[in-house]
Amino acid sequence: MSILINSQTRVICQGFTGKQGSFHSEQAIAYGTKMVGGVTPNKGGQQHLGLPVFNTVHDAVRDTGANASMIYVPAPFAADAILEAADAGIEVIACITEGIPVLDMLNVKAVLANDYPEVRLIGPNCPGLITPGECKIGIMPGSIHLPGRIGIVSRSGTLTYEAVAQTTAVGLGQSTCVGIGGDPIHGMDFIDCLTLFADDPQTEAVIMVGEIGGSAEEEAAHFIAEQFNKPVVAYIAGATAPTGKRMGHAGAVIAGGRGSAEDKFRALEHAGVRIVRDPTLMGKAMAELLGHIRA
Amino acid sequence: MNLHEYQAKALLARFAVPVSPGLVVNQSVEAAPERLPASHDGRWVVKAQIHSGARGKAGGISLADSPEAVQTQAAKLLGRTLITAQTGSTGLPVHQVLIEPAVAIARELYLAMTIDRQSQRVVVIASAQGGMDIEEVSEQNPAAILRLQINPTVGLMAYQARQLAFALGLTNSAFKQFPALLRGMYDAFIAEDADLIEINPLAVTQENHLLAVDAKITIDSNAAYRQKALFDQRDLTQEDPTEVAARSSGLNYISLSGEIACMVNGAGLAMATMDLIQSAGGQPANFLDVGGGTSTGKVAAAFKLILANPRVRAILVNIFGGIVRCDLIATGIITAAKEVGLTIPTVVRLEGTNAAEGRQMLAESGLGLIAENDLAMAAARVVSLSNGVAQ
Repeated sequence: MSILINSQTRVICQGFTGKQGSFHSEQAIAYGTKMVGGVTPNKGGQQHLGLPVFNTVHDAVRDTGANASMIYVPAPFAADAILEAADAGIEVIACITEGIPVLDMLNVKAVLANDYPEVRLIGPNCPGLITPGECKIGIMPGSIHLPGRIGIVSRSGTLTYEAVAQTTAVGLGQSTCVGIGGDPIHGMDFIDCLTLFADDPQTEAVIMVGEIGGSAEEEAAHFIAEQFNKPVVAYIAGATAPTGKRMGHAGAVIAGGRGSAEDKFRALEHAGVRIVRDPTLMGKAMAELLGHIRA
Repeated sequence: MNLHEYQAKALLARFAVPVSPGLVVNQSVEAAPERLPASHDGRWVVKAQIHSGARGKAGGISLADSPEAVQTQAAKLLGRTLITAQTGSTGLPVHQVLIEPAVAIARELYLAMTIDRQSQRVVVIASAQGGMDIEEVSEQNPAAILRLQINPTVGLMAYQARQLAFALGLTNSAFKQFPALLRGMYDAFIAEDADLIEINPLAVTQENHLLAVDAKITIDSNAAYRQKALFDQRDLTQEDPTEVAARSSGLNYISLSGEIACMVNGAGLAMATMDLIQSAGGQPANFLDVGGGTSTGKVAAAFKLILANPRVRAILVNIFGGIVRCDLIATGIITAAKEVGLTIPTVVRLEGTNAAEGRQMLAESGLGLIAENDLAMAAARVVSLSNGVAQ
């Protein structure tokens, strides 16, 4: 078991024949992901990377039975691509694209909530998601992963890789890793992922990687305290970031003393989460927590 | 991207939000008496245009009681550097001054629109206690802050505007004016891809009319491609020159006050690296996200930015090589280090695909680059090196 995706997931790529789409589709195929095709308007009927290209997501779903999509189309067209995938019946949509205007995402989320409530959107501006050894949808390096016991959910890209590499190093491995992205308005959040991890027998514990800004970590802390029964280790990046400065496209900004790393650490600790203030200790802390001896 | 007050007001005026007629002057356009907007009582407000609040206390806003006084006061502000509570010690240069007729104000309200992450809606934030720091109001008297959410399907509804007008205690002409003002503000927010529109204060004049006395607008940088006219108005003199240079190289750089520079791929990992530097006893000199790819050109540009800061005593490069292999990243770092003539102690932590090869290449480069594979060790090392140099 795992969450969201596994070896049976049939994946297409939107923006398939572009530079990014081609590169990461190739990587996904090499990893063993069941890629079944891709979409680039006006290139339907061609073959690319040995897979069929379709004009529309609807065509791709009809002919391949695709149920997941990774999106690499440029930011101005990304909102359109997400809703096309949703309308075609794609269940898991990972939008890797960064730089999408926030009002576009606000509208996308409103439409999804109203018309396609069953769709799982991951991102945008995220590394994607992976179930190690089975299915890789995104830009993360496959080689650092190890099929295993820990669910990982993170707002940050490369910091996700740290958590992955550390849990691999101690031999715990990962069930599924989800990079939820750092944009102010995005798809699945911490709570959505925790809810799925709660019901996944393979996931024994969860590492949560947060960032300053917003209140998603505080809400997750509340959720964990109320109804999440598996061990959680959490790290929050940005303890030393100055107030009012926007730290990169991650949208991490502390406004008016709210959303600081300290607030988030406190809320999580209060919820019984094992917090680590040193990002190099996420794997070790988890191993300790689970009484795991290095394999 | 921030707009100046005069730019924000011009934008709001296009959406029928009431603003005073203003005159913008700069070094080449004088505040000639015949060009001044008409004033009822022969008084004008002279306002320095900088990307900062708290201008009044810093001497950036003054009242002038004659056209001559306007000219003198405007001339005095132009070319000056203003240091406010929000600018930091370097301050910001004044290149434009906005002149408006003085207004007799009966009440000051606060009115703003922004995007709320939690509800994923545009929200209106309002308070009858305007004119002051809204964060202070919200801390001391949370009940004084009114909020409403706008559903994007239908947009701002008339009932919501009425509700807010009642709650703000507006009457008669001001009450009648309010829905159109709020509607204009919302239309502007959507049409111009705003992140924030703040009118503080929104004045109720002694004639019971509404007037935006100050306005602050921030535009979503991700929307630059479809808001070209607004982004053409960007005033780069109000931004940190290093941050501007970084942006043109595709880098994300923020100046900080410490002595240890860092270069990292990914914003989250960059913040985590800063945290580690601090917990090892150092202070980060910057936030710098080189993004994915990490080409030689980008790394070289990043080194140049870092080295332009005279406070920097040591550098920590932290790259998690994912898709891009570490040996290629090492080549990029070595080439860039040679190109810029790197002499400051530099610790490089490479992790990911082919990390061992990458580290070996760094060690054999003869450039004095120190390879560490453990991030915590790398942070400790760079802090001790920075202390060594400082002594």
